[in-house]
Amino acid sequence: MSALEPMLLTIITASTPLLLAAIGELVCERSGVLNLGVEGMMIVGAVAAFGTAYTTGSPLLGIVAGMLAAVALSLLFGFLTLRLMCNQVATGLALTILGLGLSGMIGESFVGEPGVKLSQISIPMLSDLPLVGKVLFGQDVLVYASFAIVGLTSYVLFRSRWGLILRAVGDNHTSAHALGYSVLRVRYLAVMFGGACSGLAGAYLSLAYTPQWTEGMSAGRGWIALALVVFASWRPGRVLIGAYLFGAVSILQFHAQASGVTLPSQLMSSLPYLVTIVVLVIISQNRQLTKTNSPACLGKPFSPDR
Amino acid sequence: MASGTELIRAKGISKRFGETLANDNVDLCLNKGEIHALLGENGAGKSTLVKILYGALEPGGGSLHWKGNLVKVANPAAARKLGIGMVFQHFSLFEALSVAENIALALPKSVPLKQLCADIIEVSGKYGLPLDPTAIVADLPVGIRQRIEIVRCLLQEPDLLIMDEPTSVLTPLEAEDLFKTLTRLADEGCAILYISHRLEEVQRICHRATIMRHGKVVGACDPAKETAASLAQLMVGGDVHAVDAGAQAMPGKALLQLTDLNHAGEGAFAVALESINLSLHAGEVLAIAGIAGNGQGELFDVISGEVKTKAAYDINLLGVPVGRRSINDRRRLGAAFVPEERLGHGAAPDLPLSENVILTRHASDKDLVRAGLLSRGAALRSERRLAAQYDVRMAHENPEARALSGGNLQKFIVGRELDRSPRVLVINQPTWGVDAGAAALIRQALIDLARSGAAVLVISQDLDEIYEVADKIAVISRGQLSEPAPKDSMNREQIGLLMAGLGEAKQAKAGKGH
Repeated sequence: MSALEPMLLTIITASTPLLLAAIGELVCERSGVLNLGVEGMMIVGAVAAFGTAYTTGSPLLGIVAGMLAAVALSLLFGFLTLRLMCNQVATGLALTILGLGLSGMIGESFVGEPGVKLSQISIPMLSDLPLVGKVLFGQDVLVYASFAIVGLTSYVLFRSRWGLILRAVGDNHTSAHALGYSVLRVRYLAVMFGGACSGLAGAYLSLAYTPQWTEGMSAGRGWIALALVVFASWRPGRVLIGAYLFGAVSILQFHAQASGVTLPSQLMSSLPYLVTIVVLVIISQNRQLTKTNSPACLGKPFSPDR
Repeated sequence: MASGTELIRAKGISKRFGETLANDNVDLCLNKGEIHALLGENGAGKSTLVKILYGALEPGGGSLHWKGNLVKVANPAAARKLGIGMVFQHFSLFEALSVAENIALALPKSVPLKQLCADIIEVSGKYGLPLDPTAIVADLPVGIRQRIEIVRCLLQEPDLLIMDEPTSVLTPLEAEDLFKTLTRLADEGCAILYISHRLEEVQRICHRATIMRHGKVVGACDPAKETAASLAQLMVGGDVHAVDAGAQAMPGKALLQLTDLNHAGEGAFAVALESINLSLHAGEVLAIAGIAGNGQGELFDVISGEVKTKAAYDINLLGVPVGRRSINDRRRLGAAFVPEERLGHGAAPDLPLSENVILTRHASDKDLVRAGLLSRGAALRSERRLAAQYDVRMAHENPEARALSGGNLQKFIVGRELDRSPRVLVINQPTWGVDAGAAALIRQALIDLARSGAAVLVISQDLDEIYEVADKIAVISRGQLSEPAPKDSMNREQIGLLMAGLGEAKQAKAGKGH
């Protein structure tokens, strides 16, 4: 019992940044834009959040700053790919490189400084429940937010007119344009949403996961988030499952190593990635699953002809 | 029926695309409750006109009166607001979405999905177009997809419904249902602008017809009072260009033979080829006429080898059965192919012209490949020679294919193939979208090639062109090919009838007689 609770808590901590970044990218890709710059936006969000929280002492201001910084970066991506119609893949990769470099430069003076930790919000009564109390009802605001965002995204995407328009733009931008919808406006908004979520994920890393700044602290999580979107076949509910599966495997392998499993540690550390690859391969086998959900216009530039 | 009240009046509509005037001072007027046919050959400007009425294209000039008031239709949403609905020739549906979601997207404001599903079932039932609102479009056949588009329009209770070649993708039975729906709509006062090539259809259901040719309105009539033959004549125009083809030598032996070629098309819009027989002789130009989408693309693909047939022997090229051989194998035998689509098929848009030379000729030209390595110098020399010989105008040396205008690129592509002195040339739409000067050059080159002893197969939708270049003419309609006949024995009327599918019945009877 007592060993289980910390394990569950660390799994949530490991999964939350992945979940936040992946759900943002999912919305972005549903609109037909492939933004490979998640890693870059995430780390810029992390350094902005840390710096602001460190200077002002307010982690909430830090979260806002992290979001804004990542949105700014996503707007740059949007301008390049939507307005100037640059190649989305190349621009996304460049965005990641830019983000990693920029954050290292900005964060140079923060290295080694003590951070401000985002406080937990205990929901009275419920957080005292045995076993699940602290796990489910004693988390920080970003963990709650991550679940709320997934629920909200799922609702908006599949139950509202906005979501319908967004999916339509991602499926067939020519038809959407012919019906009189502004393809570029929808895509700008989706790209910005993706940026905001990446920023939240970054803020979570530098304010809650490890409340300090280290260069490159996103450590490839942006790429995992990208893979999770495919893993989830562009469905919010499956992103939730995927993020927690990955988070769980990466935590469990630590515990397995600690409890003396004799497998080489390198193999154990690569386990989450191997699991992701295996699941991706299995999912790709099922054509029906990927085909009907993957946005048909993903990565294609749009220019109306008149 | 036609109540005589004017609904829409278009006056002096013009639209220019690059060098071509797609609409030249077009006038059109529709009354309430009238089914009005818009007739014309491909490229006559019908689609351009209706897209302007629907706000999908901006007119270059002219005015539009709707119910007596001067209006400006800025976009399709504005058109729908006025009460204009349109069913596109190529559907504008979202495949990943459900029927109800597709329809919801075209409605001006949000309707609860449950309410919408009920509405869809009610309206679609009322007009005999049953639909399942929850089905995903990707799973539905073409006929049902069109139904979605129609119901989508009907839910907005339009006063004018524009239909761009609605029956071109329908089975006869589906078309029959459509006619019932249209007649019923007209009885309720809705005007319908109906674009079609099928003259029997037009005669059956349309009250009036406007005929377009080369972007201009050339006439109006009551289709019921015309014969299919007179309509066909109005459509293709009586005037024949002067033919300067030189004397045809006695045709030599057959170089390309299609024997009972059957091929089921792939994809939703494909046309199946049905028992096609054809022999193409040395020294002749054989032209295949037909309206777009009757199997020309599919026929070209199997002859060129882009798509392989089931049996090797149904295509015989220079004495070799090649049905299962690759394009390059066929090129090595001495054939050359010019597809319809220039960018993407005929040439790689982003590659310079010299590399586009390599693309189709690396297998058959010994100069281009030395010891397994490409010779860029030889490719460049070919490119320069072609540019000079075929008058390819370009802004700078060796540009990318996409930088060339349509006519110039076509001259280059045709030149590239002719430069090899092929023994068999198959060309689809040789001068589509090409200006008059370039077109004349290309046609002359085709004739000269045939006179030098090669066999040339031209697939074209342009009757003027066919009369200019062809020695023999065959007509393709719904995947079936008529018996090729000497040009002099075929007049435009006969071709028009065969194109519109009126010849099928006769052929079927003749077939049974054998």
